[in-house]
Formats: sequence, C-alpha cells, structure tokens
Amino acid sequence: MAVMAEPVAAQVRRSSLWSRAFESRNCLGAMFMVPAIAILILFLAYPLALGFWLGMTDTKIGGAGRFIAFQNFVSLAKDSVFWLSVFNTIFYTVTASVVKFAIGLYLALLLNERLPFKSMIRAIVLLPFVVPTVLSAIAFWWIYDSQFSIISWVLIKAGLITRYIDFLGDPWNARWSVVAANIWRGVPFVAITLLAGLQTISPSLYEAANLDGATNMQRFRHITLPMLSPIIAVVMTFSVLMTFTDFQLIYTITRGGPINATHLMATLSFQRAITGGNLGEGAAISNAMIPFLVAAILLSFFGLQRSRWQQGGRD
Amino acid sequence: MSSVQIRDVRKSFGNFEVLHGVSIPIEDGQFVVLVGPSGCGKSTLLRMLAGLENITSGTISIGDRVVNNVQPKERDIAMVFQNYALYPHMTVAENMGFSLKLRNAGSDEISKRVKRAAEILALSPLLDRYPRQLSGGQRQRVAMGRAIVRDPQVFLFDEPLSNLDAKLRVAMRTEIKELHQRLKTTTVYVTHDQIEAMTMADKIVVMHDGIVEQMGTPLELYDKPDNQFVAGFIGSPAMNFLKGHVRVNGVATFEGPNGVKLPLKTAPAGSDGKPVVYGVRPEHFTIADDGAEAEILVIEPTGSETQVFAKVGGEQVVAVFRERHQFNPGDKVRLKPDPALVHLFDEATGKRM
Repeated sequence: MAVMAEPVAAQVRRSSLWSRAFESRNCLGAMFMVPAIAILILFLAYPLALGFWLGMTDTKIGGAGRFIAFQNFVSLAKDSVFWLSVFNTIFYTVTASVVKFAIGLYLALLLNERLPFKSMIRAIVLLPFVVPTVLSAIAFWWIYDSQFSIISWVLIKAGLITRYIDFLGDPWNARWSVVAANIWRGVPFVAITLLAGLQTISPSLYEAANLDGATNMQRFRHITLPMLSPIIAVVMTFSVLMTFTDFQLIYTITRGGPINATHLMATLSFQRAITGGNLGEGAAISNAMIPFLVAAILLSFFGLQRSRWQQGGRD
Repeated sequence: MSSVQIRDVRKSFGNFEVLHGVSIPIEDGQFVVLVGPSGCGKSTLLRMLAGLENITSGTISIGDRVVNNVQPKERDIAMVFQNYALYPHMTVAENMGFSLKLRNAGSDEISKRVKRAAEILALSPLLDRYPRQLSGGQRQRVAMGRAIVRDPQVFLFDEPLSNLDAKLRVAMRTEIKELHQRLKTTTVYVTHDQIEAMTMADKIVVMHDGIVEQMGTPLELYDKPDNQFVAGFIGSPAMNFLKGHVRVNGVATFEGPNGVKLPLKTAPAGSDGKPVVYGVRPEHFTIADDGAEAEILVIEPTGSETQVFAKVGGEQVVAVFRERHQFNPGDKVRLKPDPALVHLFDEATGKRM
C-alpha cells in the first residue's frame, strides 16, 4: 500500500496551482470568459468611457483639452442647431420605424400565404438589405437629384407636375426623402424577421380558431398578434436603435442639409467633432444620445420580458 | 347532436386521388372510429368533415344539411387535434371560452359553461394556468373541454391520444368513452390504433388506401372480417395466415405449406383445390394430439397469458395461451386450430369465403 500511495502523493504535489486552476470549475469558467471580457473592454467599454471623458473636455483635434465639466452641455442647450438635430432624429426615428413596421408586417403576412414565385419574391424583398448602405444612398441621391431625378422625370412625362421637385433643397422635402430612403432600406429586416416569427405559429392554431368561429380579422387579432408579440418587441427595438443612430444614409445623401434640416444627432456629432475639429463638443452630442437610447432599451427590456404564458411551468 | 351522412366522397390533391368514393352513415349519438394504417385517408376524411379540406366530389351532411360549401365555423362541430392546438397565450379558462367569446356570449354565460365543462373534466383547479404549465394529459383534457363547452352537433377527434404515454392513453381512452356515454354527442374518432378502435367504438370503419374495407361493431369485425386486410388489422397479436389449398376428400381439410394439414369445419361450395389463405387467431389454437406439428421458437409470457411463436410447415405462427404450459424453445408441440373459428380467404382477391 505504501508503494502505491507514494506516486499518488507525488502527483498531487506536482499538480500545482496551474493544473488545479484548470480543474476548478470557477477558475476554468473565468478563464473561458477572459477573451470575451477583453474584447468588450477594448472595443466597447474603453471607447465609451473615452467618449464620456471627451464630452467633459474642450479637446480639439491636435491639442489636449482641459476638463470643463458640463460646459459643453450647457452651450449645447442654448444651441438651436443641436435642438433641431434632436427634433430631426426623433422625427426620423418615429416616422421611419412606424412605416417600416407597417410595411414589414404587411409583407411578412403576404409572404406567409401560399403565393406563386414565393421564394423569388422573398429574395427580391431581401435585396435592399443586401446592397451596401452607401451604394443605396448614392442611388437615392440620384433619384432625388434636382436635375436628373427619375421621379420628377416620370411625373413630368405623365403630365402630373410641370417643374422638377426640389427633393433635397426644401427642408421638409429633404426630411421626408431621407425617411423614405431609410424605410426602403429597413423594411426587409422587419419583414423577414416577422416572417420567421409567423412561420413558428402552428397552422393547427388557425384551424382550431377557424372551428371556434373566428373570422380572418379575429384570427389576426387573437392568434397572430399575441403569438408574434415577442418577435415584434425584438424587431422594433433593433429597428429603433438602428434608425436613431443612423449615419451613413444621411451623410451620403444630404450631409445634414439643407440648412441643417436633416442633421441627425449622429451626423451633427461627426460634423462638429471631425469636420469642425471640436472633439469635445462632438463627443458631448454623442453622449446626449445616450438617454434616448437607454430609454428605448429599457422600454424593450420590459417589453421583452417573457409574458407569463411563455414561461415554463413546473416541469 | 345529429346524424352524419358521408356519401361517395372523393378527395384529390392535384391528380392524385386519396379517397376513392367513401360512404359512411353515422347515426345520431354514435361513437364511430375511423381506423387504418397511416396514409389510408382517415385524417383527410375527418378534416373534410370539419371543413378544413375541400370535398372533391360526393356529399357530407350533418343533420339534414349538406355542408359541402358550409364554412367550418358554421358547421357546429368541435375538433380535438392531435397536438391539442391549445392557444398558448390564453389560460385554460380562456382557451375553453374562446369560441363563446367569438360568438359574443355574455361573460356570465361563458364562465358558467366553462365551469361546468371544467367540472366534468376535473379541470376546475387548473382554470388559471397556461397550457405550458400543464402535463400532457391535462392539455388533452383542456382540448376536450374546449370542444364540450360549445355543446356542438358533432365531436371530431384526430388521433388525440397518440402524444400520451401508454398508461395515460389507456386512462384517457376510458375517460373519453365515459364522456361520450354521458353527453351522447355524435363522435367521429380517428386513430391508427386498433385497440383504441375496438375498445371505444360503437361502430368501426376500417379504411385502407382510400376506401372503406369494412364497417361494423367491434365484435362483428373481429369475428367476421370481410377480407384478409381487416382480419390482419383487427386483433393483437395479429391473425396468422397460411397459404395453401382446400381439399375435399370426404372431410374438408386445408393443405398448407410443406404438406401441413389443418382442419376445416366445412369447405365452401366449389372450393376444392382452390388456392386459399387460412386464417386463425392466436387465441384459437389449442395443444392437441391431432394438431399440426410445430417447433417453438420464442416464448413471451405477459403474465395473464403467454405468446408462443412457433414454426408450422416452415411458416411462423403465433399462439396465445391463457393456461401455463411448460414450454422451452426448440420443443415440438402439436397445435390445433378450432375449426369453427377458422377464417378462409380467397388467395387472389383476399375476400372472405
């Protein structure tokens, strides 16, 4: 027995801190999390913290700034262009999201029916999502061009208008134009995701509802909508966040013009920080988006909490 | 409650006909079981009765009304689905009251009827639960509750027990039968399980490849199967079939494979020398000195009875004994079918002779 026991004891001694760490559940778990934590800190937490800090300084490109506490925010509060961009952002987000949801839901319901050429239609619906944003933005830029706009051309040829529409020169025309471009781009995401949600609803539920005496509208109201609501919450959260922080479309089509009528908070922040060189002020504008985004996330967090019927039972 | 008439009903999906002219009369209050192997068209027929599938030709009437072009919701029927199809976002009470709510019934009326159905099905303590919080058997009962709340003309059941474990299935079988005895609502029940059919039905309809093979009471089908398909489908373990010829040489006998001779009570007229299939149920074998020689292969005791697999004339047969014989695999015994309980089928057509 003594002969047997000795090597075992030696082994225990040799399995030092290192190998014991590998055997410990907690240590091993922590080690597996290190890469993820490193990535999160490096690419998320650090830039965010840096942004916070910059927003409290008067840093300019090429020079170190001083800590000026909330002075950037105080001056922004008196800045009418900033408030215009806040209004633009909210207008842009609300109108685009509502319309994207409506069209997306309609397309999803349509694609969920038996249709000829269904897979082809589905592929076409996805197209706007596949095209790189900047490319589609440039296409829209041409569509909205004051001299070469195809829309104006068609309407004139059809005899409906007499002069070219100034899509991007008039503030409200420009706002609606970029909203339309954003809708065109965002609908496929909403439609395809809602379609995936629709396809998880068992057809026998509709058959049961049918036998229970439900009309088409009642089936939509009592089966489709409640069953789809978790997916709707996810999709609309993503949609709102992506629209609120949109930059590429606006920057490519209007660069915030005319007279700041389409400046979103994101584009204004870029303009002040990079083009204008006032890093501190730009960061402050970015930081001002945070309360809105947090509100949207909180709203979805409570919306996303699984309803009672989705939670598992005792089993 | 009302009667149901299915007359020469056909169903095609594209060019492919799955039901080839099915006629089934169902009396008021009857419990009819459609049984058959998968793909025989029984579920399609039930769905046509519910209005979930179109009728290609023929007529279906409920009561005095032809319902071919009547919307499902106007047919006054209730269906229990195989997967129950409970609305996951509604409580048990809401599930059961949904059809009444759609009919704009008052909330007092709804809760009264839901409560009554819940009492019948012992669901009263579960009314506020969601389907996910229920066990399989409870969900099954909610699905039935949803059907009985409406007090419909006809109940339709589409393989309702196939998602339950064996023990629960037996219990629910009894429960459904008892429910029918209490409510006396006309019921059409689809299953592939012949034991369910035998135990529950007033009338069994055996379907196969889109036609009705035979209909009748469970014991009629068991004792006098019209053809070899029904004979083999009804009964467990299944009936033994041996191919051979009838010999009328003073006494009628059956000459089976490898010269095995088995007794016949009488030979049907003109059957001498005809190729036939000799059918004998496992429980109709006895051990007798004048039986056919058999070599025992496997013995499966179930407690109440013993199933013995043996070779007779090179063909495998199964015999069931309630007595406890001391057999061992490899033993030679003599098996004798009861001639009065033997079935003869025409080998070419499979029809009973």
